Amino acid sequence: MAVVESILRFLVLLLSFFGTLALAGLGLAVIFGIMGIINFAHGEFIMIGAYSTSIAYGAGLPLVGAIVVGGLTTGAFGLVVERLLIRHMYDRLIDTLVATWGLSLILTQAVQIQFGGTFGSIPVPFGTFQYAGFSASMYKIVLGLTALGLFAGTYAVFTQTTYGLQARAAMQNKEMARSLGVDTGRIYMLTFAFGSVLSGIAGGLFAPLTVLTPTMGSEYIVEAFVTVIVGGTNVLIGTFGAALSLGLIQTPASQLFGTLGGRVALLVTTILIIRVLPEGISGVVTSD
Amino acid sequence: MTDAGGPGAIARLRDLLEGQNTLGNSTRFWYGFLVVVGFIFAYPFLTNPFVLKVNTDYFVWMILALSLAVVWGYTGIFNFGQTAFFGLGAYTFGIVGITLIEVTGGTNVAILAAIVVTMIVSALLGYFMFYGQIRGLYVAILTLAVALTGNLILVRTTNTTIGAAELGGNNGVTGIPSLTLGGGPLSFPLGITAQYYLVALLLVATYLGLRILLNSYYGYVLLAIREDEDRTRMLGYDVRKLKLIAFSLTAGLAGFAGALHAAWGNFIDPTVMGLTAASVPIIWVTVGGRDTLIGPLVAAYALQSISTKLSTVGSGYTNIFLGAVFVLVVLFFPDGLIPAIVARWRERTADGHDIDRSNTTEAEA
Repeated sequence: MAVVESILRFLVLLLSFFGTLALAGLGLAVIFGIMGIINFAHGEFIMIGAYSTSIAYGAGLPLVGAIVVGGLTTGAFGLVVERLLIRHMYDRLIDTLVATWGLSLILTQAVQIQFGGTFGSIPVPFGTFQYAGFSASMYKIVLGLTALGLFAGTYAVFTQTTYGLQARAAMQNKEMARSLGVDTGRIYMLTFAFGSVLSGIAGGLFAPLTVLTPTMGSEYIVEAFVTVIVGGTNVLIGTFGAALSLGLIQTPASQLFGTLGGRVALLVTTILIIRVLPEGISGVVTSD
Repeated sequence: MTDAGGPGAIARLRDLLEGQNTLGNSTRFWYGFLVVVGFIFAYPFLTNPFVLKVNTDYFVWMILALSLAVVWGYTGIFNFGQTAFFGLGAYTFGIVGITLIEVTGGTNVAILAAIVVTMIVSALLGYFMFYGQIRGLYVAILTLAVALTGNLILVRTTNTTIGAAELGGNNGVTGIPSLTLGGGPLSFPLGITAQYYLVALLLVATYLGLRILLNSYYGYVLLAIREDEDRTRMLGYDVRKLKLIAFSLTAGLAGFAGALHAAWGNFIDPTVMGLTAASVPIIWVTVGGRDTLIGPLVAAYALQSISTKLSTVGSGYTNIFLGAVFVLVVLFFPDGLIPAIVARWRERTADGHDIDRSNTTEAEA
């Protein structure tokens, strides 16, 4: 019995860490994988998703609907950012990074001025999951499963839609894609918006589990960064593999050394992994 | 700054300091430089101790700006977590300084410890990054992740003591000793004015020292690494080792600045490693012009003064201002404001030659 309990405890914790890492990283990974740029305001995109989810929830929408609103709002915001800012810097990778960092400062402060230090929270839905002496928040399990669902959805977008096909073409060979008539500018615009939607959904999903503050984005950005570093440029396999393997490290580390120990373990693992796999998990699966 | 005697000595010194890797190689520049340095050293006679105290910290930030300009602007290593080393230096100075507070010359040991610890930690991180040969953007997000995780650790240090120092979590370390020069019977604590002079002297020395470094053979190799890493490697240079050395040395300089900052304020808290703090040096270097030394210096001083003014007015708009300046400069002056101004000025003067800003810093002979 005790063995079953500790296995369950491990699995539920793993699922929840996997979910957090995958959700935090997926939006960033889509933009990085296709466009090759890092959105430093990624944490603030998650924050916008969480805030707009909370507003929609407060207006009476059910949580699922509110999260959809959060995703779409963040997507629309991402579209504006892409048109105003990113578009001018397609060939200046480090400048995009720096400019989005400036954006992150502005967003954090603007939200602070507009909404103050904290914002309306959302109660954790679904109650708890009970087995013998073991209980866990059902929502954390749902979080992990939703992350799997988002992977499936992203996979479908990249394999089943024209956009997905063209996006993969633009990623593999931009010049060739252009000469075959793919409007890469439009693809990048849609990619940034798509990545933003994913970040917004992640923010909405995180909203019930955290305190909504203007700086909440920096709570998730380390998770997002290490997931992308370990995952590499392959959006799906890389990010999935990274979230799973980092989750497998974080789970026992946090059981042994507490939450902080788990997060330090994430960073240390990442630093060790790059020594062996500079291109992350993508370097293994797409070795040529 | 040149008391070295005859014109021959000055010419030799200028030869060391000047080169196409740094802005400001004309006689006119050096006259201007002497005027500015003269003003800095005359400033204590013109103003009150409070202004001096504030300016001392600006000078410390300017040393941090220089360290980032060399590692990012000149070597092309996107170290976005330079504040991690600044903070590590500050905390090390605080811990060692408090522990050795009764010992004469304790703060000298603490300064040394701050530099050594940051260099060791940065060398470890650098080893994994550069010997793993990860690419540019990964370095950027990994170094930032290190800073943010450092912040996370420091926030959780309530009731933790190292040596005699209470780390205090979010409240930070208090009671850090001020700088004391010398040791034994020859030790003397520094007042506000003396600290100002010391830090100003260190800043000028750092600036001139880095100019000599960047215009030396080693400086050219650093630039070669920035311009084309593969080609530099094929020319027989051990790029991994050189990057590791540059990363670790500039981290040590940042740690040194952190120690000065902790000694200046007698206090340090985890916000130095936060996301906003990490962005601030990046903003100075970007706005000033990342492949110059003078640009980040001017930008650090100007932006810090403006930020201080904005926050004393009590508006919450400091970060919006900084962020907006940042985004606008990146959009319209990707090479930074000082290079843009210099280019414009050269165009206006009749003897201006063609400036190709996309390449390395063009020198005025």
